[in-house]
Parts: sequence; C-alpha cells; structure tokens
Amino acid sequence: MTATATAAVIAPAAEAAPALRDTRPLRLITCGSVDDGKSTLIGRLLWDTKAVKEDQAAALNRDSGKQNDLGLPDFALLLDGLQAEREQGITIDVAYRYFATDKRSFIVADTPGHEQYTRNMATGASTADLAVLLVDARAGILEQTRRHATIATLMGIKQFVLAINKIDLINYDKARFDELSREFKEIALSLGVKQVTAIPVSALKGENVVYDGKASMPWYEGPTLVQVLELATVRSAQTVGFRLPVQRVSRPGESFRGYQGTVAGGAVKPGDSVVILPSGMVANVKQIVTFDLVRNAAVAGDAITLVLDRQVDVARGDMIATIDAQPQVGLAFDAQLVALQPGGIEPGKRYWLKSGSRRQRVSVQPSSLLDLKSGKWNRHDGALPMNAIGKVHLSFDEAAIFDAYELNRTTGAFILIDPDTNNTVAGGMIAGKRGDLGGLNNEAERVILSLPADLADKILASGLLSERRDEVDIRRTNPGRAAELLGELDG
Amino acid sequence: MHISEFDAHTQDKQVKPPLDPHLKALENEAIHIFREVAAEFERPVMLYSIGKDSSVLLHLARKAFYPGRIPFPLLHIDTGWKFPEMISFRDEMAKRFDLDLVVHTNPRGLKENISPFTHGSALHTDIMKTEALRQALDAGQYDAAFGGARRDEEASRAKERIYSFRTPDHKWDPRNQRPELWNVYNGMIRRGESVRAFPLSNWTEVDIWRYIQAENIPLPPLYYAAKRKFVERDGMLMWAEDKRFEALPGEQIQEDYIRFRTLGCWPLTGAIKSHATTLDDVIAELEIATVSERQGRAIDRDQAGSMEKKKREGYF
Ligand SMILES: Nc1nc2c(ncn2[C@@H]2O[C@H](COP(=O)(O)OP(=O)(O)OP(=O)(O)O)[C@@H](O)[C@H]2O)c(=O)[nH]1
Ligand SMILES: [Mg+2]
Repeated sequence: MTATATAAVIAPAAEAAPALRDTRPLRLITCGSVDDGKSTLIGRLLWDTKAVKEDQAAALNRDSGKQNDLGLPDFALLLDGLQAEREQGITIDVAYRYFATDKRSFIVADTPGHEQYTRNMATGASTADLAVLLVDARAGILEQTRRHATIATLMGIKQFVLAINKIDLINYDKARFDELSREFKEIALSLGVKQVTAIPVSALKGENVVYDGKASMPWYEGPTLVQVLELATVRSAQTVGFRLPVQRVSRPGESFRGYQGTVAGGAVKPGDSVVILPSGMVANVKQIVTFDLVRNAAVAGDAITLVLDRQVDVARGDMIATIDAQPQVGLAFDAQLVALQPGGIEPGKRYWLKSGSRRQRVSVQPSSLLDLKSGKWNRHDGALPMNAIGKVHLSFDEAAIFDAYELNRTTGAFILIDPDTNNTVAGGMIAGKRGDLGGLNNEAERVILSLPADLADKILASGLLSERRDEVDIRRTNPGRAAELLGELDG
Repeated sequence: MHISEFDAHTQDKQVKPPLDPHLKALENEAIHIFREVAAEFERPVMLYSIGKDSSVLLHLARKAFYPGRIPFPLLHIDTGWKFPEMISFRDEMAKRFDLDLVVHTNPRGLKENISPFTHGSALHTDIMKTEALRQALDAGQYDAAFGGARRDEEASRAKERIYSFRTPDHKWDPRNQRPELWNVYNGMIRRGESVRAFPLSNWTEVDIWRYIQAENIPLPPLYYAAKRKFVERDGMLMWAEDKRFEALPGEQIQEDYIRFRTLGCWPLTGAIKSHATTLDDVIAELEIATVSERQGRAIDRDQAGSMEKKKREGYF
C-alpha cells in the first residue's frame, strides 16, 4: 500500500476482476447516525447517474426551498418520500431505489439513522452485500455508527465503505479524515471486517460520489464511491450443499406431485439423492420442473418444482437437502439476534419463529448482551431491550432445521413473531446447534452401527427414530470406509 | 412417464434464450412471493388492472404454480372509464388462460353517475377505485391481495414492504411497518386484517419491458403507437374517442400517432406522441426518456404526497 492518502484503503479486494462481469445487481445500504447525510448521498448518486427524470427534478426543485446556502436542491427529498419524513427532515423507513452505471446496476436501501428506527435499518441490511457507513466529519464516530456497523456485520455484510461526509464543512481537512479512518479501522478489526474503503465525500456537493473531488481535495487519490461500488462483489455462493425449503406441494392432478420452493443453497440435478427433513426419509430427484422446460439442473436462487422418484411424506416447512452435507436438525440452537420492537425480547416467552417456509414455536433464553462501546459480550439473562444485540438459546417443541448463518444466509436466518401482536420482534442469525443438549440421554453410552443403506432408510423412516432424530448422527459411506472407521475405534 | 400431459406444453415451445441473470433473479423473487402468499393465506386474490405490470404479474403467477392452475381469482376494479381495448384484452386473457376473473364496479358510484369530469379526478378515484376496491375485498373476504406496484414508481411506494400490512379498514400505516428481513415474510394477521403483497417491488419500468420482450407477454395495443384522436388539456394529451368525451371551448381534436406508458381511466391517463409500434421501438424510446412514467397520471399531480394519502386510505 502506498504512503499517501490512498492508504485509506485498508484491505482492497485481493482477487482479480472476474472474467465475466456479474450482471446481477449489487445490493447495498447506507447507514450511520442521524443527519450524517445518508439520504443526501443517495439522492446525489441518483442525480449524478441521471436516474432522476425531468418531472422528478422539477418536483425536487419546487419542494427544496432554501435548505442550504449553495443553491443546491435538497437531494434527500428524492428518498424521504413520506409526509412525516419531509415534515421532520429525517428518514423513518427504508427506501429502496434502483440505478445503474455503464458497468452495473444497483439496488440501494437508504436506511434511517435515528435509533428509534433501528428495525428499519436491520430490514435494509439483511439482504445487502455492501454497506456505505456514513460519518459526519464534524461529529465523528458515534454509538449509533457502531451499532449500525455491528448490525451490518452480524447480518453478513463483509464489504464496507466508510464515507467521511460533509468534508466541505471542515475545509477538506486531511488530518481529520486520516484520524477518523484510523478510528474506524480499529472498530472494523474488532468486528472482523477486513474490507473497508474510506472516502472523503461531500454528498451535498457531489465530491467523490460519482465525480472526483480533486479540485478541493488534491490530497485524496483513492476511488470515488461509484468506482468502489462497481468493483464490489455480489454475495458469494453459499458453501453448504443443496437446500430446498418446501413452500408448497403442487398436486394439479392425481398423477403429479411436485415440491415447490426456492433453492436456498447448492445445486441439484435429476438422479441426486436427497433427504427430507426433519423426517430423515430419502429419495432421488426425478425431475426439475419449471414453466419453461424440464431442466437438467437448478442452482441457488432458482424457484423450482421438484419431483421425487417415490412416494414420501413431504409438507410445507420441510426441507429437502443433499444427503452428503445435511443441515443441523435439533431441538436447541444458539443464535444472535437484534431486538426490534419497544417490548424487547422476554426470557422464557414463547414466540413464533419463521425461517424459510417453516414456522414453529420457540422459547428464547438470552445469555449475553453486546456492549456497543467496548464491543464486549456481557453475561445477561434478562430481557433484551429494543435495539439490543444479544446471544440467545432457542428451545423448540418440534425439531428445527438450520445451517449456521455464516454458512448459509437463508437457512441460517430467522425472524421472531410475537403471538400477542403478530408483529416481527426480532431478526436472528443461527450460530449452531447446542452441544450441551440437556437431554436425558446425553451422558449415556453411544452405539455406532454400520448398516446397509436400505435398512438404515427403513429405520430412519420409523416414528421412534424420527422423534429423536436430533440425537442421532448419520454419515453415509461405502462398506470399505465403514470397516476402516470401525477398525480405528477398536485399535 | 406420468407427467407427459405437462411435457406436451414445454415441447411445443420454441427454444428461447435463457433470461439474463438480472431478470432471472427478479423472476425468482416474484415466484417465491407468489408461492409463499398462496401457502400462508386462506383467501388470496390478485388485483388485475390490465396494464403492463399486471400482464407481467399474471405471467409470473402462471409460472409460479405451473403445472397447476393459478390457485386464486383475479379481481378487476372496473371504474367504467377504462379504455374499451383494455376490457376486450382482459376478457381475451381470461379465456386464453382459463382464469377465475371477478369484476367489480362500485354500485353507489354507478347510481350517482360519478365521473372524473364532473366530480374531479380525486373524488372519482376515491369512489370508483379506492372505495370499490374495499367493497370487493370485503365481499370476497380476501385476506391477501397481490398487486403489481413497483418501488421505483413513486417515493412512497419506495418505502413499502413486500408484505404490506392493512388494518380491517384497509389502512396502511407507513410509520409502523413491520420489519421485513431477508426473504422471510411475516404473514400472521388477525381476522379482518389483510396483507397486500407486491411481487414486483424490486422491478423497474425498464425491467418490465425487457421481461415482456424476453418472455413474449401479450399486451393491450394501447402501449403501441397508432393514429388516435386526442386533445391537449392541462398539459396532458387526453384520448378523445369515447362518446362521453366533450371538447372544451377552444379545444382542437387532433389525430396523430400516440401511445400510453401506463394504462388507467382514459380521462386521467396522458398519452405521449410516439411512433413506437413495436416492442423494440418502445424499449428504445424508454431508454432515452427524460420524464418518468407517472408524469401522465393526473392522480399523482393533485397534491404533493397524494399517493401516500391514497394508500393510507386503502388505495393500492
Ligand atoms: N454541507 C453539507 N451538508 C450536507 C452534506 N450531506 C448532507 N448534508 C446536510 O445534512 C442534513 C442531513 O442530511 P440527510 O441526508 O437528511 O441525513 P440522513 O443521514 O439521511 O438523516 P436520517 O436519515 O434522518 O438519519 C441535510 O440538511 C443535508 O443537506 C454534505 O456533504 N455537506
Ligand atoms: Mg435519511
């Protein structure tokens, strides 16, 4: 890295540009504290990429009034479309906007900075690939800045742009820019974020947004915001095997039975062996049906209808998965969550949990709470107040099916719904199945069996086994390897 | 092979090039939403307003439930002031795709002869669209209604969730929307409450047209330029071929090549001068368009924030 101000690039994307450009849109959010200029920045971005049409520009000029001495329109009004937002001059709910450059298209979620509306920031962050974190150069990094950085990281965002904004109001002071970049670098390290690009910007004047700010900041030689966005990567492929959360069973006639859903990980093709969870029954994929053609493969993201080669019991909420790398099935999981509503999350209360197409009862026991100032997890078993980030134990009445969120952003994510209000009260990320299952048989002896596959399938399909499926470990392998493994145990 | 009856359908089709990944992602998301709502709600319905967005919505619904039929009815709110070509197109589609179509017109509005000319566009929209919609949704006891609204249409739409919660009197509270994380939708409601679901939330106008082109989706001919009669009124080109149309003093009925970027009630929908007679022409025109599609709509210009106000009251 050079010694000049480009050193703001803390860890540039190391991998070479892909040969084929990704034409999927990049999903990003703006976040940060109140009034840091998030909406102004996106408004400016839309303006400078010509995404604002003449009639919209006329309305903007009409509505802007005299909010700055530069004679510029109030770009935030392009985003703050609710009457209450315009009256108060703040963002309340996330706005989704779409724009494109010659190189790529973008879906941007402009989120509110106000702490009261953290839930709406979390809504935007859950699907984003990149976060533009704003800081008002005068105010510096605040608790709310840390909260947003933390939530974005928890939700799996790995690429950050630190936009040090309103640089025009501090005379384009390089020393201040360097100081704030350094300060954030420490926070990023503690959050495990490796990829941060710091950029000095004036959202209002459009400096280092789409056009460079060389005229006022000759000392900055790094990229503009748009240049960073154009090079960012879309969420990398999920690392676990094939997953299909079943949304509905399609039975248009006696002769057809297909399982409809969106592939949540991996890939599938006819002939593949799959397991149906939580029952543990197995089958082979016979066909992948879509409106256009009978396909010979489907990958993550595809909405498909799967036909299996035999009659098995499959219902909405079940998961069809590859046999070789199955998700975790169990009655107890650990998770992190963000409390989103004024009532917080109460220990021991029974909520509805929804993940994919599966909805089930859960009771939630907080175990620790994140202190945003120090970045430390403190032991905490009381209620989680609104906007808190906590670690919790989840206990289910019926088997739950998850991957760790780290491994799969779809099968590892869930929401909690309060049965009293029906409102969504938390967003959660699965850490993993709980090891210290308080089950009766935990301390007992274990038996390892090696069985012919057809016999194992019959046992798995039995009621007795499916009831305690989460206590059983299963691996499929060939006879030679099985003998080898058993041999190792004897030796 | 036991699904041969469905294979026939796919083999008939000429092989078309695969969708580009951007449109494919949008299509997948929409299908996911359709399936989720159909599975979670007892009585879904799909608002069908005959325009380009509805046409895409219909196409996606057919895809989502293939090889089955669309498992819910389509509802058209007929204000009585739609272009006749829209109505014939609607009936043709219902027949071609074997749709379960419900048409509703507000009986009170009919009796009182509500007209956008004598009562004004605001009152006409309130009674013939918003009130009519509430009547039809109540009568059908629908607990979920699909709509073709897109977030890029208007600033308050940009704020709306994919599952948009409505109170028993169909009100939207933009300040207290439910958080909507990932693609995990909260469909839990009490009796009488409902959800409006928007599978096209993340589509832009260009996406709609490129998808129509890629998928060969039929559209009412009004979207293509043809010689039509019109007048210029309040800066809008108003179609002047209906027998209820009356020219104001000094107004000249002109005839030229015009077309529509959105379709609604003809007295409220402005045309544009255009020679785009094919889909390619339309898309080429769109890519260099300098004004937004809603510019031709009288409803949005009544007052600032008018869309939000209407939505709070139950408008789609
Ligand atoms: N001078 C100057 N003013 C700016 C700049 N960016 C934003 N502002 C002003 O800062 C104020 C707040 O901007 P907004 O864009 O509404 O801030 P926000 O971060 O979206 O605020 P919330 O969404 O409510 O958290 C407005 O008056 C902007 O004009 C900048 O770069 N320079
Ligand atoms: Mg804002």
